Amino acid sequence: MSIPSFSEPQQVSERLAKNVYRHLSERLIELLLFAAAAVSVLTTVGIVYVLVSESIHFFQHVSIVDFLTDTQWTPLFDDAHYGIMVLISGTLVSSAVALAVAIPMGTVIAIYLSEFANSRVREVAKPVLELLGGIPTIVFGYFALLIVTPLLQKIFPELPGFSLLSAGLVMGIMIVPYIASLSEDAMRAVPMSLREGSYAMGSSRLYTALHVVVPAALSGLAASYILGISRAVGETMILAVAAGMQPNLTWNPMEPAMTITSYIVQVALGDLPHGSIGYQTIFAAGLTLLLITLLFNILGQWLRRRFREAY
Amino acid sequence: MNSMTTEQIRALIARGKMKDTIFQALGIICLAIGLLVIFLLVGDMLIRGLERLNLDFFFQYASRRAAQSGILSAWVGSLLVMLVTAVAAVPLGVAAGIYLEEYARRNWVTDIIEINITNLAAVPSIVYGLLALGIFVYAFGFGQSILSAGLTLALLILPIVIVATREAIRAIPAMIREGSMAVGATRWQTCRYHIIPYSMPGILTGVIIGLARAIGETAPIITIGALTFIAFLPPVPFTATGVDGATAGLFDWVMSPFTVMPIQIFNWTSRPDPAFEANAAAAGFVLMGMVLSMNGLAIWLRYRMRKNIKW
Repeated sequence: MSIPSFSEPQQVSERLAKNVYRHLSERLIELLLFAAAAVSVLTTVGIVYVLVSESIHFFQHVSIVDFLTDTQWTPLFDDAHYGIMVLISGTLVSSAVALAVAIPMGTVIAIYLSEFANSRVREVAKPVLELLGGIPTIVFGYFALLIVTPLLQKIFPELPGFSLLSAGLVMGIMIVPYIASLSEDAMRAVPMSLREGSYAMGSSRLYTALHVVVPAALSGLAASYILGISRAVGETMILAVAAGMQPNLTWNPMEPAMTITSYIVQVALGDLPHGSIGYQTIFAAGLTLLLITLLFNILGQWLRRRFREAY
Repeated sequence: MNSMTTEQIRALIARGKMKDTIFQALGIICLAIGLLVIFLLVGDMLIRGLERLNLDFFFQYASRRAAQSGILSAWVGSLLVMLVTAVAAVPLGVAAGIYLEEYARRNWVTDIIEINITNLAAVPSIVYGLLALGIFVYAFGFGQSILSAGLTLALLILPIVIVATREAIRAIPAMIREGSMAVGATRWQTCRYHIIPYSMPGILTGVIIGLARAIGETAPIITIGALTFIAFLPPVPFTATGVDGATAGLFDWVMSPFTVMPIQIFNWTSRPDPAFEANAAAAGFVLMGMVLSMNGLAIWLRYRMRKNIKW
């Protein structure tokens, strides 16, 4: 051991000092990164705050009972009625039409891709689905109004120029990629040994897919359907373009109707002063929309837990 | 015991195989419908819009006469809004992703952030528009500007960027981190010199997909009250503005009113005069071109990445 020179302690302290700065900047960076991650929480808080605070003003003018039971929606007329059921009916009917298309088609595609298709088909099919999912909804709206509606009118001559049916069908096509890709992921996660067991018992591919793989992946399938419902309920532009923006309490998809989302678009296109009751209605409508989405998501969580299979 | 003859068993197998084939055909038909929709859509827009697709269309403002209308203010607006969106969403999203993968401890705060990001993906896009209307437009006083729109879309695509960043980071093996820390790098130095560069292609893919989604979004931008008829461009930095001859500052354009491609299409689609259909088709074709090429780029990038990276 040599005797330490005089300069050494100083060197050590310098290094220590540098370490303190290093430590400090590390903490600072961690704090910054955390702040970025917290933005997403702030977004949620902001959404809830804006919707609830404006809705509170709205419900000081309109009673909740009227809001839920009135059968007319005419908030911008002199004789104002605020019956949200009118908008909810349009939203639910169009979503039902969309899901009637998207759930069977999406599930069939998912089963085909995960259980039947070889890797070459999959390499082509997945990008096609991704492109389909990437088409802007306004372009789908154009498609519904100018291509699908005229086609449908050849089959149903009495169909009006705007209808929930054609908007819903196109919405269904739009949702197919989401359901297909999520369901396929769920089915591919099912362990191979289950399939092998089924094949060993002599069952065919389809029988294995429908009776072994689908039940095992049911919680994942349910999650993909719930996401599809969220998309359908929140879809805006297809309905604003192709479903007609007339408040209409109807359960018939062959009629034009207004949805929660297309009402918000209609009001936003006009020039309503900030703070007026008309301005507040879109926040009340938005809150209703968010609650419906939330309801379906809670249902989805429950379904997932109910049908979860662990391997 | 065995009551089946060989013929019966063979018939049973043949039936199973036939059902397999029928289902495969069904799967291919469903996929083909998706492909058909893309072709029908692009083809129809090309045929209808072909007469309007010339250079003038790109360099003329919107007009009351269909034949003289162009998309100049729309594509410039879309580009500028995308710029703001990217500048806001990329650093925030990447930082949040890094925090969650590299820094976050397993505790309830992290759990809340993670659950929150998952749930934000299911929130309808029009609700983001309402958030922006309440917060950016009125509370922050940004008005109906490019800044408001860009920030709105940034919040909308933030979950996409975060998820892509996390997936890219998760694909980096632990030995890279261990190697870096073993030679004395701090956590941030490890991120800065190893984690971020190696996950860049994955992050880039996520950013492009997010921006492709954002450029087609209509509903939130309509909700914040973007004008549909704009016959001027945002001020170019350091040039005289038309109004009072004052020189525009470097960032004056972010506060300018604007329109974007999807809104221009919506405006033309919702006009009763069929002459505007050609305009809507041509603009839709241009928008589809933008979105599909961005998605195609992302798919290609991912394909390249999967082929090249071997740890």
